Amino acid sequence: MLRGGHWTAAIRRCLAASVLLVACAAPALADAPGAGASRVPRPTAATPGGACVEDTAFMRRNHMNLIRHQRDLTVREGIRTTKHSLANCVDCHADPKTGRVTGSRDAFCEGCHAYAAVKLDCFECHADRAKTAATASVEKAK
Amino acid sequence: MSAAGPSQGAKGAPSGGSAAASAASVGAHRPKHVDHARRQILAWGAAMAGVAIAPGITLFDLAHGRPPAEPASRTKRWGMLVDVNRCDPDCNACVTACDREHGLPAAKTATSAQWIRKVELTDMRGRKQSLPVMCQHCAEPPCVDVCPTGASFKRADGIVLVDRHTCIGCRYCMMACPYKARSFVHEPVTGQRPDVPRGKGCVESCTLCVHRIDRDQLPACVEACAAAGHKAILFGDLNDPASEIAQRIAAVATRQLRADLNLGTGVRYAGI
Repeated sequence: MLRGGHWTAAIRRCLAASVLLVACAAPALADAPGAGASRVPRPTAATPGGACVEDTAFMRRNHMNLIRHQRDLTVREGIRTTKHSLANCVDCHADPKTGRVTGSRDAFCEGCHAYAAVKLDCFECHADRAKTAATASVEKAK
Repeated sequence: MSAAGPSQGAKGAPSGGSAAASAASVGAHRPKHVDHARRQILAWGAAMAGVAIAPGITLFDLAHGRPPAEPASRTKRWGMLVDVNRCDPDCNACVTACDREHGLPAAKTATSAQWIRKVELTDMRGRKQSLPVMCQHCAEPPCVDVCPTGASFKRADGIVLVDRHTCIGCRYCMMACPYKARSFVHEPVTGQRPDVPRGKGCVESCTLCVHRIDRDQLPACVEACAAAGHKAILFGDLNDPASEIAQRIAAVATRQLRADLNLGTGVRYAGI
């Protein structure tokens, strides 16, 4: 394909190929943990030690469905298992410093929702802090 | 006091029966022999729990609450009996306990939510009586009838609730309720209790402390009333003839507020 003397065309092709390669690799890199090349700052929230109630990859995509299903069971039927309950999420994922899952980009829920640009309205009604912290703050306010 | 609560001993039989019914409906696809074994065990349990030493005291207390994975049972009908003669006109313990339990602000404004309130009655001879009024947990709740989204609903065990996820804040239920039991949340809410989510734009009312009942505890107002030394509010299962509340209702004259409306309230009053 290459002929002697057509160096300019060859260089141009090489450049195009490398640009294409970088463009393809970029999303994969962005998805890899610790990759810094993102236009939006990545969520900084620390994940608590130990396993989540489901596989992490599954939770990233489906946590909202689990919570929504559980909420109907709890409100309508009075089923109060904790595995997929929002209170259980909050208890585990609350920021150890603030005891909350919202309030800053370091907080677990708000940090990731801000990164993904998805509105988070659970905590307009639900307590955004771990059970003990929430109880303590209410008692203090009395 | 525990005899008045959901942990009432003599409830072995109805609760065991409901567990068997739900096991049968949920596990329809399971092998048959599992169901039979469970039914047999439940039947023995119910029989054992029924062995009464004395009226109201049973040898075994098997039906100690409902497991968290089991839905509320249709065999139960939670209710309250308020003995107005025992209610102190100067006592507000039930109201403050309710506020504390549900994270309602202690400082009241014109738009504050109010789940339970003390009402003073004056009869034609000038006799004054004070009684707590909250959601009456009707068998035929008008708030449920008028709700356009289905957010207002009656749970299987007779507790009338608002599903805030579907409530659009139209306030039809507030207009329909003859007891003025419901409140609208006008302001943004912060510092909610984990068990009691509440927020701006929804209607709310007494939940009969559903989160406590589900954990086999008494409603906050009942506990506070007993702690204040009045014991004016009795809580229990209206469907269970052996429960203290059912026996008292059978023994003394009780009234439903606005009985003419035929709503079948779960909250009854004695002494008015």
